[in-house]
Amino acid sequence: MIRATLAALLSHWRRHPLQLAMLVVGLALATGLWSGVQAINAEARAAYDRAAGVLGQDRLDRIVATDGPLTVARYAELRRAGWPVSPVLEGRVSGLRVLGVEPLTLPRGAAVPGMPGVGAGSLGDFLAGRLVLVAPETLSRSGVAEALDGFTVDPAPDLPPMTVLTDIAAAERLLGASGEITALLVDPDRALPGPLPAGLELRAATGEDDLARLTDSFHLNLTAFGFLAFAVGIFIVHAAIGLAFEQRRPMFRTLRALGVPARTLGALVLAEMLGFALVAGLAGVSLGYAVAAALLPDVAATLGGLYGAAVPGVLELRLGWVLAGLGMALAGTLVASGQGLWQVWRLPPLASAGAQAWGVAAGQARRWQGLAGLGLLALAGLALAFGSGLWAGFALLAGLLLGAALVLPAVLAWVLAFAEGRAKGVLVGWFWADARQQLPGLSLALMALLLALSANVGVGTMVGSFRATFTGWLDQRLASELYLTANSPAQAAEMRAWLEPRVQAILPIVAAEAPLVGQPGEVYGIADHATYRDNWPLLTASPEVWDAVARGEGVLVNEQLARRAGLGLGAMLDLPGGALPVVGVYSDYGNPSPQAIIGLEAFRARFPGVEELRYALRVPEAEAADLAVALREAFALGETALVDQAGIKAFSLRVFERTFAVTGALNVLTLGVAGLAMLASLVTLSSLRLPQLAPVWAMGLTQARLAGLDLARTVVLALLTAVVALPLGLALAWVLLAVVNVEAFGWRLPMRAFPGDWLGLFLAAGAAGGLAALVPAVTLMRRRPADLLRVFANER
Amino acid sequence: MNVRAVFLWLALAGAASAQGFADMGATVEGFALPDRDTVLEFPADHGAHPEYRIEWWYLTANLTGADGAEYGVQWTLFRTATAPVEGDGWDSPQLWMGHAAVTKATEHFVAERLARGGVGQAGVTLGDGAPFEAWIDDWQMLSTAGAGEDALDRLTLKAKGEGFGYALELDAKGPLVLQGDEGYSVKSAGGQASHYYSQPFYAVTGELQLPGGAVAVTGSAWLDREWSSQPLAADQTGWDWFSLSFDGGEKLMGFVLRGTEDFTSGTWIGADGVAVALEPGALQAEALERFTVAGREVPVGWRLTLPERGLDVTLEALNPRAWMATSVPYWEGPVRVAGSHTGRGYLEMTGY
Repeated sequence: MIRATLAALLSHWRRHPLQLAMLVVGLALATGLWSGVQAINAEARAAYDRAAGVLGQDRLDRIVATDGPLTVARYAELRRAGWPVSPVLEGRVSGLRVLGVEPLTLPRGAAVPGMPGVGAGSLGDFLAGRLVLVAPETLSRSGVAEALDGFTVDPAPDLPPMTVLTDIAAAERLLGASGEITALLVDPDRALPGPLPAGLELRAATGEDDLARLTDSFHLNLTAFGFLAFAVGIFIVHAAIGLAFEQRRPMFRTLRALGVPARTLGALVLAEMLGFALVAGLAGVSLGYAVAAALLPDVAATLGGLYGAAVPGVLELRLGWVLAGLGMALAGTLVASGQGLWQVWRLPPLASAGAQAWGVAAGQARRWQGLAGLGLLALAGLALAFGSGLWAGFALLAGLLLGAALVLPAVLAWVLAFAEGRAKGVLVGWFWADARQQLPGLSLALMALLLALSANVGVGTMVGSFRATFTGWLDQRLASELYLTANSPAQAAEMRAWLEPRVQAILPIVAAEAPLVGQPGEVYGIADHATYRDNWPLLTASPEVWDAVARGEGVLVNEQLARRAGLGLGAMLDLPGGALPVVGVYSDYGNPSPQAIIGLEAFRARFPGVEELRYALRVPEAEAADLAVALREAFALGETALVDQAGIKAFSLRVFERTFAVTGALNVLTLGVAGLAMLASLVTLSSLRLPQLAPVWAMGLTQARLAGLDLARTVVLALLTAVVALPLGLALAWVLLAVVNVEAFGWRLPMRAFPGDWLGLFLAAGAAGGLAALVPAVTLMRRRPADLLRVFANER
Repeated sequence: MNVRAVFLWLALAGAASAQGFADMGATVEGFALPDRDTVLEFPADHGAHPEYRIEWWYLTANLTGADGAEYGVQWTLFRTATAPVEGDGWDSPQLWMGHAAVTKATEHFVAERLARGGVGQAGVTLGDGAPFEAWIDDWQMLSTAGAGEDALDRLTLKAKGEGFGYALELDAKGPLVLQGDEGYSVKSAGGQASHYYSQPFYAVTGELQLPGGAVAVTGSAWLDREWSSQPLAADQTGWDWFSLSFDGGEKLMGFVLRGTEDFTSGTWIGADGVAVALEPGALQAEALERFTVAGREVPVGWRLTLPERGLDVTLEALNPRAWMATSVPYWEGPVRVAGSHTGRGYLEMTGY
């Protein structure tokens, strides 16, 4: 009996392949987008873990100097005093992170798999600086082989990408640094001989990597988008499953009447659904892999540009997100088919044949839905008023979007009723009345469309606002024409002498790492010059701000630091060498870390060990290119030693564009999914609506006319949805800019309006509605009149 | 002698094959080779010889605690080079390794330190008004000799590791002893050799830090200085080395280099410090009982005979578990001497 029942159930799909496709495709799309995002996140997290695990940075305490760089002499003193420390020299060259270690003293827990240990045959090569270790995939990147020319390269798959592990002597040569040490690793197996000498600071291993913390918000953003896409996809599934249940009501009734127990029937339907979920879930996970593989290079570039996090551009299949994707597919199917399953389970055998359409039942809950939506909107308001943190931001977003979606059918019904009341003429009146009648069946699809459209507006507005602000900010920030880096103080002095008669100003740029309000940050020293006075993008400032900075009596802080630490004008900021009052706050987009600026003289006094190697050069714009050529020739400068303003701007904008390439792509995919949801719902409705259409046809309206009206009706509904989506999207943009960004990145951006995009929104909505209605409309047009006639003969 | 632990060096310097010390016979281009005509000069030769591949300052002490218990102490600084030059900074080809140990009948404490030259973490200084000092990290052998004395006549010695530490004062009661032919010590029938001298006459006082607390100790100590570039023949795989102080005041240094044919040699040192080199093969060494430690069977009991001196003694390890679990492991510990002569000494065995 079970086999026969199952065969009967499945025969439905054979007769309705489009429905089956809709169900599977919807579920696969939803799962695909979700697991794609999860795959990207998993890859990035794995990369952070690897980065954190190198040299046991997540497990070993470190000692750093608070008064200038650590020196080799200092290291020897510490060792002779019994400190179990091992030196590390870190730096970047040609896009590679160079990690120089001293293998003889390296704590055992810090060893990198693949690194020759004491007693290994290749240790001699390592010590002699002939051997370097890199991950195999790093070698395949352009420029890496050239940068490591002359070294024996051993593969070490456990190293993060773009990281070179080498002996400290070789690292000195690669980095052009001599006698400097970045930090000292502390051997956890040995006791410390006493309190640390002055000028040194012990940094406890955090367990959590800085990168993971910094990038958390970025990944949360991605996750939220993935979830949105999943939710939209589930709307499709819901529509397809709802239709299948509705159409199989007579079959359920027959089966029950033939003696199949409700429990057996329910279990079989459940098994059927789970089977589909599994198949679609597997397809979705494959799709997710493809999506992630396509997006990962951009995400990796973003993470690299924004946070300096090295994430491989190659995706690995990880069991974690594969299982999570399948789990989401199963859970989503259960949620989407819950209502149908409940009915199969509960309804008495004969009631199953009731004429009530599935969609109408859903429509009756509209009032409750509307109320629930209002409740969610109210919750969003509460989150805005009283919440704090990124999660409150997302709660606000979720409340806003879901609330608006739930309220949408009520709003549309009201608008349609209003239009119906104002309609002149029978046909127009019928048009509106029929639209209202159709609304319950379409409302889920329209909700999906609303979400997709408003996400489109919101993200578009955010990215647009960001881009406009960012380019303006870059213009201000990069006021100097050329940026120069010397390789030694001696070369810097030569360069200054050479440049003196040729440029308007040579502005030293010096920076040192220093803890700012308990977090690792950077302190910059800048010269007192009109370049800064006229251009620097200050958000708030006290009067005479630049005089105070020049005199060393005030400090400028970036927006991130000001927001995180709640620093207003006049607040005191602890700095090495004594606290200073905050005299200004400047915007600092693209930098996740706290930063402070003090006058050059004050910097030299507070950080005496820092060498001045970087300069901003002011020259008349027309002469910049010639000067750059002459400078390169005079000092045989490499690519990175001299950069012009345009070069930095182009690089920054590239980082920026990549940052939002992912959200843009997800956005388009979500809109596509919403269009599919509409199609699914309309296909569902088209077969149910014959009883409504047949009388109108009988009264003289041609099938073509009816099809045209159907098309128009769907487009109108889509456009009405777009009208609601616009303010919702703008609200979404505001939340993203003023709440989520502030929490995630630490900066707030002014919101700008892009009316041109709004036109695009209506076009997209109309097109989505039109395209979705096209297939049912054509089907209607081509229906044999006999089908319509049969409605009267065969009324349910 | 102390052909000892050279293998560690070769391993560290990356020249060694997986066989460890079988490779110590390999010649390395550019390094100076020991020369029979070289006349050792002091204090200069107390310092480092970077032009040679390997070198050590190797001190062992037989001590007695105020509680009457016997103790052994080891303090060793090894140097090896990947190139025959000094160097400044991390690029220096000179590498350093320290081993320290305290042995008592029931326990054996070991520690190891590694460092590279050129940065001040380890080294040996001598001259320019500075006293002789050999150090690695906070381990130190420092000369406290007065004017007119040899730099090694008086030393302070300190080291510590997990669970132990010591601070000793050493006072030489006799002269330096040149091993082999005026300090040229032959290590194989094929002519491999090293420069080798000793100060075996130290009287020691000091204190050990052990888990049970501080222990005041007195006793005697023996310092070996040796440098070479190619100490073993290709077929030699390990050695057994003895430094014995007899109650009558005489001392014996002897070694067996195990190879296709065993090569034995040594020096008989009179109570007055007059050294007589033994002919190869004159000293006979016979392994007696074996003991399994760290998974290896090591002969911790020996019978030594030297007919020309009427010597027929057995050696018994104070603690057969005196295994040096260092980068490349070996056995090193104090022994008791019984038979025709009685006394104490140190035994080192490698290649097991």
